[in-house]
Amino acid sequence: MKRQIKANITKILLISTCVIFVGVMLVVPLASVIVYSLREGWQVLAKTVMDQYTIKALQLTLYAAAIAVVFNTVFGLFSSWAITKFRFKGKNFLSTLIDIPFAISPVIAGLIFILIFGRIGWAYDFFNSHDIKVVFAVPGIVLATIFVTFPFVSRELIPLMHAQGTDEEEAAALMGAKGLSVYRRVTLPHIKWGLLYGVILCTARALGEFGAVSVVSGKLRGKTNTLPLHVEQLFQEFHLTASFAAASILVVIAIIILILKNIVEYKGKKEDELHVR
Amino acid sequence: MSLLTFTRGEICAMNIVTTKLRRFAPRRKAHVIPGFGLSVGVTITLISLIVVIPLLSVLVALSGISWREFWGIVTDKMVLHAYQVSFVCSLIAAVVNCVFGLLLAWVLTRYKFPGRRILDGLIELPFALPTAVAGIALTTIYADQGWIGKIFAPLGIKISYTQVGITIALIFIGIPFVVRSVQPVLEKLDSQYEEAAQMLGASRVRTFFKVLMPELLPALLTGFGLAFSRGLGEYGSVVFIAGNIPYKTQIAPLLIMGKLEQFSYAGATSIALVMIVIAFILLFSINFIQSHMNKAAKNN
Repeated sequence: MKRQIKANITKILLISTCVIFVGVMLVVPLASVIVYSLREGWQVLAKTVMDQYTIKALQLTLYAAAIAVVFNTVFGLFSSWAITKFRFKGKNFLSTLIDIPFAISPVIAGLIFILIFGRIGWAYDFFNSHDIKVVFAVPGIVLATIFVTFPFVSRELIPLMHAQGTDEEEAAALMGAKGLSVYRRVTLPHIKWGLLYGVILCTARALGEFGAVSVVSGKLRGKTNTLPLHVEQLFQEFHLTASFAAASILVVIAIIILILKNIVEYKGKKEDELHVR
Repeated sequence: MSLLTFTRGEICAMNIVTTKLRRFAPRRKAHVIPGFGLSVGVTITLISLIVVIPLLSVLVALSGISWREFWGIVTDKMVLHAYQVSFVCSLIAAVVNCVFGLLLAWVLTRYKFPGRRILDGLIELPFALPTAVAGIALTTIYADQGWIGKIFAPLGIKISYTQVGITIALIFIGIPFVVRSVQPVLEKLDSQYEEAAQMLGASRVRTFFKVLMPELLPALLTGFGLAFSRGLGEYGSVVFIAGNIPYKTQIAPLLIMGKLEQFSYAGATSIALVMIVIAFILLFSINFIQSHMNKAAKNN
């Protein structure tokens, strides 16, 4: 009896510590964006959100993120297949290489593209003679976004497909199924929730990328400014409310992503349980 | 002597043949699945284009400067100080995250209470929220006039634009790493071992350190490594709260940014190379721990 009460007290204590920690560290910053953006009323918020530079920045952010997500999804599908379904020399090395963008500072991710395409870069002459601007222009932003979000989809798929093994695909192939139909009928149903989860994480990071993009973007308003950069610019110019208003668009997107992610995670888990039974 | 007995030499030879054959077998079997050439080809091509070649251009860019110049840049007093700030703040943040991450993972897996799913869903907020947004929000609420800064300001504690602020931003960004590393391991861990330990008379604290800790340690170390390496490189959420004061709150990524703004490419690249090397060491240690973890899991 005494032990039971003691256990209950510990439980309540631990849970409340967690709730306070998450509340102060995570919920307060999130709430503050909304509150600060509404500090000067709806009109200021609406004005900033409808501002042409904000809309241009949002468009560029969505454009870069869309390309990065498609590119990295294709890479994720191929690389996870190569790494989990075959044995070959250097496989571990290859899978470590995929992780590199996670380990490297986003600022360095931006820097390396300046070292290639910038005025001092080894590819500058070639691109300059063809009149293509990469750095301080949209292609550089897209490249930096791709680099930073490179591992997301494959990192989700590799452990999942590793756990599933190769037996089912082997059986299908031995019975005469062609490559694409093995993938579509056997592999894809197993990994679809994991794939979707990876795509969602990739989208979140691509939309919010700041460090890498801020190095390679020229930060020209209406041209090479993404939404996170626009938020920074407004903040540095002491337009606090406007900055938070622009940030609130990103917060709304983040909340939607978080909800989607949880739905996908929940469905994936549910399906897993069905398989086990 | 019957005809069917083999000499020791013959058995040895047969063993060699069978082991050679066995080594051959799985390779053949693996190629039953289609798409080897295509998938490996596409993977290697894309990794080279996006990761390997861009990273190697760091070395290309550095080939122009001498070793002495490089050493001069990276051991500059200001640079060393920036490394130190980055290192100390990331370390403290990662340790704090280990404590609270473990606690959160424990509460989320072992207890049922209203709002558990919401708490669980909120953990990944730092992944979903753009770092720049987190940065401006944290800076504002921890400033002297902000919601939380106001509480500490009368006590003479400044948070924004100090190293405390940097650490708080890094704690924010690192929470999900530890929780999401530890949580799956805790979920799989059977509670019968804890029960057995307690039946045998071990105290709760002792059960925790002797029974649970050995199982959780690799996952905890992975989470620590991920949070720490993210902290070293983090830019967006720290740049605003740090304030970029040399010898005080200047961190390594900010220094690279500063050098770039002055068009000092050699400086930026040299500092970046040191950070890349540190990041690689961390990455390999994490991978090492994880492959050990996988092996241990297989043995079970």
